[in-house]
Amino acid sequence: MLRVRVIPCLDVADGRVVKGTRFVDLTDEGDPPTLAERYAAEGADEIVFLDIDAAPDGRGTLLEVVERTARCAFVPLTVGGGVRSVTEMHDVLRAGADKVSFNTAAVRDPGLVRRCARRFGSQAVVVAIDARRRAGPDDPSEGWEVVVKGGREATGLDALAWAERAVAAGAGELLVTSIDRDGTGAGYDTPLLRAIVDRVQVPVIASGGASGPDDFVAAVRDGGASAVLAASIFHRCRHSIADVKAVMAAAGIPVRLVIGAAR
Amino acid sequence: MTRIAVVDYGAGNLVSIQQALAAAGAQVVLAGRADSFADADALVVPGVGAAGPAMARLRHRGLEAPIRAWIAAGRPFLGVCLGLQLLFEGSDEDGAVTLGVLPGRTVRLSDAPRLPHIGWNQVERRRAHPLFAGIDEDADFYFVHSYAAAPGPGADGVILAETAHGGRFVSAIARGSLAGVQFHPERSGRDGLRLLANFVGLARAAGAVSGMGHAPVPAR
Repeated sequence: MLRVRVIPCLDVADGRVVKGTRFVDLTDEGDPPTLAERYAAEGADEIVFLDIDAAPDGRGTLLEVVERTARCAFVPLTVGGGVRSVTEMHDVLRAGADKVSFNTAAVRDPGLVRRCARRFGSQAVVVAIDARRRAGPDDPSEGWEVVVKGGREATGLDALAWAERAVAAGAGELLVTSIDRDGTGAGYDTPLLRAIVDRVQVPVIASGGASGPDDFVAAVRDGGASAVLAASIFHRCRHSIADVKAVMAAAGIPVRLVIGAAR
Repeated sequence: MTRIAVVDYGAGNLVSIQQALAAAGAQVVLAGRADSFADADALVVPGVGAAGPAMARLRHRGLEAPIRAWIAAGRPFLGVCLGLQLLFEGSDEDGAVTLGVLPGRTVRLSDAPRLPHIGWNQVERRRAHPLFAGIDEDADFYFVHSYAAAPGPGADGVILAETAHGGRFVSAIARGSLAGVQFHPERSGRDGLRLLANFVGLARAAGAVSGMGHAPVPAR
């Protein structure tokens, strides 16, 4: 049976992990490949690198980070942030990534998703959707709007309609982040997840708002997510990946348990 | 040291398979032309995506006939994901005619709850094989695909393992020195590295049996 994936997300800028490392050894934990290798040993099912720099002159650094990570962490690697063309995606894959995630660039040019899927296959193309509740953070009644630039810019696009379009264009997976919940620790926006999961056939990755193992259980059970992504709760060592998986398994969710995983 | 040639035909992520084989103890060469793999101990064909463009690239680089000849000579071969599917006669994904080394076709996964099938899943073995030596029966491997090979009548014996995602599909095959896996051992952590190390070991043993030199690959 297919396992539900638990995915740590690393925000990378200028070759270093830049968020959520305040409470651990900075010199060591700030190096993306080191952290990725540790997560892989703990049982991470996949690793996501989000290039929050995304400046054109920082690409070389990112590619070097991807290449070093591919040498030591033998789990799938997704890179998001700043990829705007087939050529750039080719470079990222060639450096060792398995998938590339598109956010703002896909909203601006859905044809990019189509071109990349045609060239590299849908399985390598993830579309990241940042969504905000229209009626206010506590009210899902009027649906969700797509926002870009980390939530700073509204697009007017309906998140559910965009999800369907992105899949039609060739996205093999959707990474759905609730901007209302991101960074709040209030739990994933499960109605948002459920609404998208019911409209598309591809796997949906839940993101934004996790503060504990119960949130992961809710994302799968109530939201129907195929995978759960989180950043700070892993970086700050509040919960290990193995702990989270143990809670999910106890709730009857199929997860990959790594024997001897570091906790 | 055992030399493994990874066929480079522009099929996406070669770094991971290259690094994983190196970690499994092989000396790895990327082979973009047939003359660069003639003296290797084993051949690995990776790949993701659709069969049509992949076959076109193999033909464009003059690799199709040498790969067939390699397999016909009984030399060690591992196909990964698309590299497994290409061994069969054709693909329903885009109607492409593929290598046809084994009877059967590549078909869309049936009754799947979601596609692509992305993530870690069990690989249920039908029989023992040295490729899986030392790997737990319930070990999970990483998959990412929507199609899988369906061996034709008479080729049932090549099936080494199956996996369930809605319906069941063939997740590993083996016949003689020929092997293929639908999952990605290079992305499957410790168990994946173990499988690759087992393949490297098989290639080394085959090299030792054949003596000092290999039979030359027949020219076409």
